[in-house]
Amino acid sequence: MLQLSFNKTALDLDEPRPAEALRTLAELAEGEEAILVELDLPEEAARRLMALGFVPGCRVQAGRTAPGGDPRVYRVDGAEIALRAETATRLKVRTDDHGACP
Amino acid sequence: MIGACQCESCALATARGAGRSKPTVVAIVGPPNSGKSTLFNRLTGLRQKVANYPGVTIEQRVGRARMARGHEVTLIDLPGIYSLTPCSEDEQIAHDVLTGRMPGVPKPDAVIIVLDANMLSRHLTVAAPVLALGLPSMVVLNMGDELRERGGHVDTEALSEHLGAPVALISAARGEGLGPIFEFLDGKLRAVTPRIDRALLNDIPRCRLWALHVGAQTWRPPGPSRTTQRLDAVFLHPVAGPLIFLAVVVAVFQTIFLGARPLMDALQSLIQASGQWVGRVAQNETLRSLLVDGVWAGVGSVVVFLPQILLLFLFIGILEDSGYLARAALIADRTMARVGLQGKSFIPLVSAYACAVPAIMATRTIENRRDRIATILIAPLMTCSARLPVYTLIIAAFVPEKPLLGPLLGTRAAALLGLYVLGFLAAIATAGLLKSGILRSERTPFVLELPPYRRPTLRSLGLRLLDRTRIFLTRVGTIILAVTLVLWGLANLPREDGQAPPIEYSYAGRLGHAIEPFIEPLGFNWKIGVGLITSLAAREVIVSTLGTIYGLEAEGDPAALQESVRRDLTPAGALALLVFFAFALQCISTIAVVRRETGSWKWPALQFLYMGTLAYAGAWAAYRLGSALWG
Repeated sequence: MLQLSFNKTALDLDEPRPAEALRTLAELAEGEEAILVELDLPEEAARRLMALGFVPGCRVQAGRTAPGGDPRVYRVDGAEIALRAETATRLKVRTDDHGACP
Repeated sequence: MIGACQCESCALATARGAGRSKPTVVAIVGPPNSGKSTLFNRLTGLRQKVANYPGVTIEQRVGRARMARGHEVTLIDLPGIYSLTPCSEDEQIAHDVLTGRMPGVPKPDAVIIVLDANMLSRHLTVAAPVLALGLPSMVVLNMGDELRERGGHVDTEALSEHLGAPVALISAARGEGLGPIFEFLDGKLRAVTPRIDRALLNDIPRCRLWALHVGAQTWRPPGPSRTTQRLDAVFLHPVAGPLIFLAVVVAVFQTIFLGARPLMDALQSLIQASGQWVGRVAQNETLRSLLVDGVWAGVGSVVVFLPQILLLFLFIGILEDSGYLARAALIADRTMARVGLQGKSFIPLVSAYACAVPAIMATRTIENRRDRIATILIAPLMTCSARLPVYTLIIAAFVPEKPLLGPLLGTRAAALLGLYVLGFLAAIATAGLLKSGILRSERTPFVLELPPYRRPTLRSLGLRLLDRTRIFLTRVGTIILAVTLVLWGLANLPREDGQAPPIEYSYAGRLGHAIEPFIEPLGFNWKIGVGLITSLAAREVIVSTLGTIYGLEAEGDPAALQESVRRDLTPAGALALLVFFAFALQCISTIAVVRRETGSWKWPALQFLYMGTLAYAGAWAAYRLGSALWG
């Protein structure tokens, strides 16, 4: 199950999307929201992030950056989680409006 | 605290089980920052102890809650977890305790799951695997007051239906809604029916979807915390943020140095007065010398520093409880990244300012083993509270007090701050060395949850200080007293014609003289040498040792410790001594905990040698530099 869901969204497996429509989490402007599509990370790291709420299909909002520009705070499922840019660029998002999660 | 639930929001849904056996061991489990320890403190009051589980690398808290009719429940406060799949050592421990696999810990016969009511949906994913274990469980939604204030709502009855366990909405900090918890502990509440699909547990996306679904049906999420947004706008501001960070640090040092003074002076005169009284009462001369010169002059000189140490712990407690520490870690991440560590290492390093032992235990949250070992190895370079007595004594003896930044920062506080910076720089440089050499590793993603800001409660801060006082006095009563007594013996033997020898010719004196050639290049004489040897047990012992030596020398004419030190050290030697203490690993507890945490003698041995070499070389350089500057 887990292996399957790394590269596809958990919600619409049957509805593949063109890769070029995807942006990375790091590209979002402050306050902008997007739907997480995939986590391009080793399994253990991806698991860790998913346990914290970075699950494909969920809505993520970009927040403030630390002084100096990195890391950055992301709001996901009611919590604020800081990620470095090197991690955020590995999380692919789409910015149309079809998320299931709040 | 036992009684009917008063607030309307904590409706309780459950079946009341008749004749169920009462639980005797109850584990408290939940995600980090959900208020487990606050609830634990509420339920146990002061009937708790910090226990070290054998063979395990963790300080765990066990306490008792007293119920009606003499029934007692043992409560275990588990570390915060994000899941039960053992990702980090914390999670492994929680898993082992809950399944009864932890040696020396009784298997819990019930579980209290503490979740933050403001993050119900994300925290349900932690509750699910715990509920699936099938132990009688209660789900406690904490911080109900905050949920109410931020306009959220939860239907506890519906949630209880979904989870198959009793649910209560409480505020542990304010003590609201605890009634149902006491009923649960008394065996009066029991699970409805377990409703968790085990297939959910190994599939994180599905588990989260389930949690979202349950959350959507039973819970209206609170609005974003305005306070947190406003405070973050200031504390994470590109310019103001780092400046505030610096201001906080400077204020802490100035207060530690000046604010603690009146209390320390009061304690000092109390100790002196009681010492004089003992001197008058004790008839036998040897006994008098043992008590006055040994115990009072030695141990007393360390006890004086209690107010200062408590003040430091108070500040660290406020930083941790308020949520500011996580922001500080965020600000520090770039610096930490430069030496190959991550911002998460910063949090144990800050608590190492209090004491390296809990800091080394706190590294358990770092998932990458190499990062973790690197953090453990550099933690003792951070200036711990045991160095404070040494620093304060030497600085007060050698640095005249002058205002430096008006009334904001004096020369003495600045000197102290300088020593803290020195320790920090040494730690960072060492980390860089380790991470580019023997502990090089793949970079693991830095993930840090930022808790909302909360006002630290007096209760939690008070308990911390009480805990620390207890630990400090135990240390004084055992290790410091023991070393002082042994030293007093060595300083009074061999007897000549039934008389104690002049201290120079005693065993202690000979020991000091034996190492004198080795420490002379650092500007230390034999008395300091004796202090260096005894302080291998614990750093502050050098203060008690000098207290005893000067006490014996003066023969009942106790000149102030500061003046005696000034006679024995040149300013350059004093600088060298400070540098030596900044770097050397003189602490048996740290060595023991590093051995336990890393599982081998290799790391503590390496650490001891490295820090010893650094201390000797640093002190030598400081002495040369000081001699050149001040003649």
